[in-house]
Amino acid sequence: MLHSKTFNKKTRGGRIQKLVREVYLRDDIYCGALFCKSCEDKSKARLTATASTILVLDTNVVLNQIDLLENPAIEDVVLLSVVLQEVKNKNSSVYGRLRNLIDSPARRFVVFSNEFHRHTYVQTMAGESPNDRNDRAIRVAARWYQSHLGESVKVLLITNDRENNRKATEEGVSAETIESYVKSLGQPALLDLLVQPASEDVIMEEVEDMRPSKRKVVYPEHKPMSEITSGLTKGIYHQGKLRVNRYNPFEAYVGSESIGDEIIIYGRGNMNRAFDGDVVAVKLLPQDQWNEEKSLSIVDEEDEEEDVHLVPGSADDAPGDFNTSTKFDFDTNPASSRPSGCVVGIIKRNWHSYCGSLEPMPMPAGRGGLVYALFVSKDRRIPKIRIQTRQLENLLDKRIIVAVDSWDRQSRHPSGHYVRSIGEIGDRDTETEVENDIDARPFSAQVLACLPPLPCVDPPGCTDIDDALHCAMLPTGNFEVGVHIADVTNFVHPGTPLDDEASKRGTSVYLVERRIDMLPKPLTEDICSLRADVERLAFSVIWEMTPEAEIISTKYTKSIIKSSAALSYVEAQARMDDSRLVDPLTKDLRNMNALAKIMRQRRIQRGALTLASAEVKFQIDTETHDPLDIGMYQIREANQMVEEFMLAANVSVAEKILKEFPECSLLRRHPTPNKRDAWTFASYCCCSDSLDRAVGDDPYFNKLIRIMATRCMTQAVYFCSGELSPPEFLHYGLAAPLYTHFTSPIRRYADVIVHRLLAASIGIYKLPTIFQDRPQLTSIADNLNYRHRNAQMASRGSVELHTLIYFRNRPTDTEARIVKMRSNGFIVFVPKFGIEGPVYLTMRGDKGGGEWFVDEQQQNIRKMDGSVSYSILQAVKIHLEVSEPKPNRPKLQLTLL
Amino acid sequence: MEFVNPEGLRLDGRRPLEMRQLRAQIGAVAKADGSAVFEMGNTKVIAAVYGPREVQNRSQQINDQALVRCEYSMANFSTGDRRRKPKGDRRSTEISLVIRQTMEACILTHLMPRSQIDIYVQVLQADGGTRSACINAATLALADAGIPMRDLVTSCSAGFLNSTPLLDLNYVEDSAGGPDVTVGILPKLDKVTLLQMDAKLPIDTFENVMQLAVEGCKAIANYIREVLLENTKQLEYRRGL
Repeated sequence: MLHSKTFNKKTRGGRIQKLVREVYLRDDIYCGALFCKSCEDKSKARLTATASTILVLDTNVVLNQIDLLENPAIEDVVLLSVVLQEVKNKNSSVYGRLRNLIDSPARRFVVFSNEFHRHTYVQTMAGESPNDRNDRAIRVAARWYQSHLGESVKVLLITNDRENNRKATEEGVSAETIESYVKSLGQPALLDLLVQPASEDVIMEEVEDMRPSKRKVVYPEHKPMSEITSGLTKGIYHQGKLRVNRYNPFEAYVGSESIGDEIIIYGRGNMNRAFDGDVVAVKLLPQDQWNEEKSLSIVDEEDEEEDVHLVPGSADDAPGDFNTSTKFDFDTNPASSRPSGCVVGIIKRNWHSYCGSLEPMPMPAGRGGLVYALFVSKDRRIPKIRIQTRQLENLLDKRIIVAVDSWDRQSRHPSGHYVRSIGEIGDRDTETEVENDIDARPFSAQVLACLPPLPCVDPPGCTDIDDALHCAMLPTGNFEVGVHIADVTNFVHPGTPLDDEASKRGTSVYLVERRIDMLPKPLTEDICSLRADVERLAFSVIWEMTPEAEIISTKYTKSIIKSSAALSYVEAQARMDDSRLVDPLTKDLRNMNALAKIMRQRRIQRGALTLASAEVKFQIDTETHDPLDIGMYQIREANQMVEEFMLAANVSVAEKILKEFPECSLLRRHPTPNKRDAWTFASYCCCSDSLDRAVGDDPYFNKLIRIMATRCMTQAVYFCSGELSPPEFLHYGLAAPLYTHFTSPIRRYADVIVHRLLAASIGIYKLPTIFQDRPQLTSIADNLNYRHRNAQMASRGSVELHTLIYFRNRPTDTEARIVKMRSNGFIVFVPKFGIEGPVYLTMRGDKGGGEWFVDEQQQNIRKMDGSVSYSILQAVKIHLEVSEPKPNRPKLQLTLL
Repeated sequence: MEFVNPEGLRLDGRRPLEMRQLRAQIGAVAKADGSAVFEMGNTKVIAAVYGPREVQNRSQQINDQALVRCEYSMANFSTGDRRRKPKGDRRSTEISLVIRQTMEACILTHLMPRSQIDIYVQVLQADGGTRSACINAATLALADAGIPMRDLVTSCSAGFLNSTPLLDLNYVEDSAGGPDVTVGILPKLDKVTLLQMDAKLPIDTFENVMQLAVEGCKAIANYIREVLLENTKQLEYRRGL
């Protein structure tokens, strides 16, 4: 099978090095066509006999048109390994999507390893650039396909590269551009998916009309990469990630290490076509311009305004705003203390696809014609995107996904293309799930086949109970306390479709009206659920504790438990509070509660934060799924008790698995807040001191401060212990040097992994091989973080939507707190509903008018004549109402009473 | 990094269970009693055997068996960047020792008391798996020298990358930092004489990887036997038998 051996020469690094590599050229690489008579192995073959044309794609086509390729209309595609390699090097996300297409059994995509095939290997010729060599390899492979498959099928090389196209035709390979191929398919809807070439490119003449005004240069040119690198080393430019203010898309920040501060960028002009998340090079503006630029960010503000939204759960959710109104400037000249700059070049784009809708526009006269429409993203930080469409009438009332292709200097808006539509605007499912990349599809048959064949009795009102507690008094006077967690890994084995699916989903998603499960229902609600009075398999952590809640010994074991009672928090609390009850169950509850209180106290003394989030709870109408009532979620002592033992179990398990597997444990860490966030919080604390004296005791106040503190924190994240050094393992919020997730394997995949690690550490199971592969483990941890975040965003989105539905018919007056000052009003927090939003003091349109004055030192806003003044954390009465300023976009409006 | 792509091909076009191309030539050094050049892909090793001969240093003489000595070195030009390869550094001392012990285990030393056998191996071109190639070359050279042996010793390495066992790692795969199992066997007796591994592997994976390396050793043994047979035929022909 080994055929021939050739040499490749490569150069690498600064110096030139000659590297010699063997290449084994093979004759056992098959073409992948089912109808092919000469290839023996058909196991990977996908191309069907009905295929009259077989497409061979060029790299640039794959890179640019991946959205089109994902459309089922494109089939019978051959992907050459040289193309895959180039795509992988240039854009790993496109590569990932391409791999998904190849793996999908529904699609007919075939990989042909042309680089290792005897007849299609191409050696670089003298003076040939790598690009030309790869193009030639593609042509050679296309020609081989044509001669291999004979005349019955047409092999079509799809390339948008003119030179490649011409050479292919010369060499007798039929070649077409992607545009002409899609046109020949006769499906106009497909044309929308095509990425338009940048207007400076080939088809200049086709670009709309050539009015001189249209061709005006709007943005300054990006500097070439070489100039940027030299500028960065010289210190003229500063590199950093651009973050757009979520409240004001015309204001952005670039955190720069080189000057140790954030550079503010005002206005789209200075942002120079950079998107949120792009890595950019920034030039500082001269100091005297720092202040005047600020006006840009307000002048531009035509139709952008702030929305009412949920209180952010952490700093990552919170808008990256740290604008002058929340900061104390101790500088003598506060106005010009913050450096401002403009973007000179973009080092790495963060473009992906965005969810939103088209801006309402009148239907053009000719139906079905090509029209340009403006797309407005749901994420306000994203500018409007111009797309071309032939199906405007279909898309106007839909939520659609659009990808960005380019943004050239002449156009005010970036241009993009339509990817797919999600559903009708306003439809509940549409709004919450898809945009957060959550897979809400029912489980596949393959997945369900992995479940144990048990008769599923579905008792009414059952839920997944994944933890149980026990407590017993030992003769020594110590307590034996056990935390028992549903033994999910006994049913979910590594490598099964069930496990893969769970790993992909990462977490269950809790929406207001329903739950999207990570594992199928029979497993979560019956087989694994630790229900009362039935025997269930569990994974237990059992401590011996002194009455002072000092842990003497810890035991980890698999166990069979029979829960004596499944109590809700309310029931448990009622039992503990009812002094007449002296049954053993209640006694145990009280003992545990006493222990938990000590543990909690100790934890807080260690410096753990008691953060609060404004969780709201809805009462949902069972028929219409509309919210009936809304209120804050109440936290009882019983909740805290259970939480305390779960935390302790997680910490104990983290210690155990890290000791056993120092390189490959999955832990959870919470980074210490950085300076900027601490600053924000410090500013609140300053106020709290002064306010404590003024307000005295106030039930909401304490909580409000906690919520404020919570949002200053970054999110805790999963990581693989081999990736970081032990001091970085710290969980800041819990003040624990080690922490992991062990207690909810039914709804979190991280816990499933930890269960496996723990089982391996006590020698029950062997460690699955995946744990040997650190990069793979890291990618799992990253996926879990991503899914976790998405799930949170989806829950928030769901709550926001239901809040909106709730208030639609119920305009309400309520009390709110001022949490932030703005130039023309302030942001209030409504504790009762857990929402936050702007209240405007001046009418929109007349911008301030100088009537109101913001005092940054005092953190208040007053009328010029001094008659009225509002200060931060002050209580105000507001009116809540849903208004619909633009069709299809209802929003909650807050007005001061 | 991806060492095995989803199509099941390695960076150089081999499949996971495939070895690099083997080449061997007997009698490369005319002055030596036995010699051979052995190639595994781009790894090329020359071995020369002197002996059995009189022990040079009388104090080392062993009265009931032969003294086996081995010297391993790398040619200056064996790797791409031309560097002086110091003799007697830790690595080459260790490999010398490993080769000596492996060969000693199969030479019938008790038949040649008070004599000395010198094995010199030099790496001419290094591309991973030098240890194995040296042992294979030494086996051929010993056979060429006509030194009585229990069996041929052959050696091959296997690794574990991207959750896949890989046979006969080349330099790129070797420097990935994954586990690298080098096995030496006596194929006819079905005995292991050398087993080395750096890095860690769970025991059941290790068994698979080792089994793969053993299969590789057997394949090499078949090839070496063929080469020896061919060589013997040629000798016969030259002597006019």
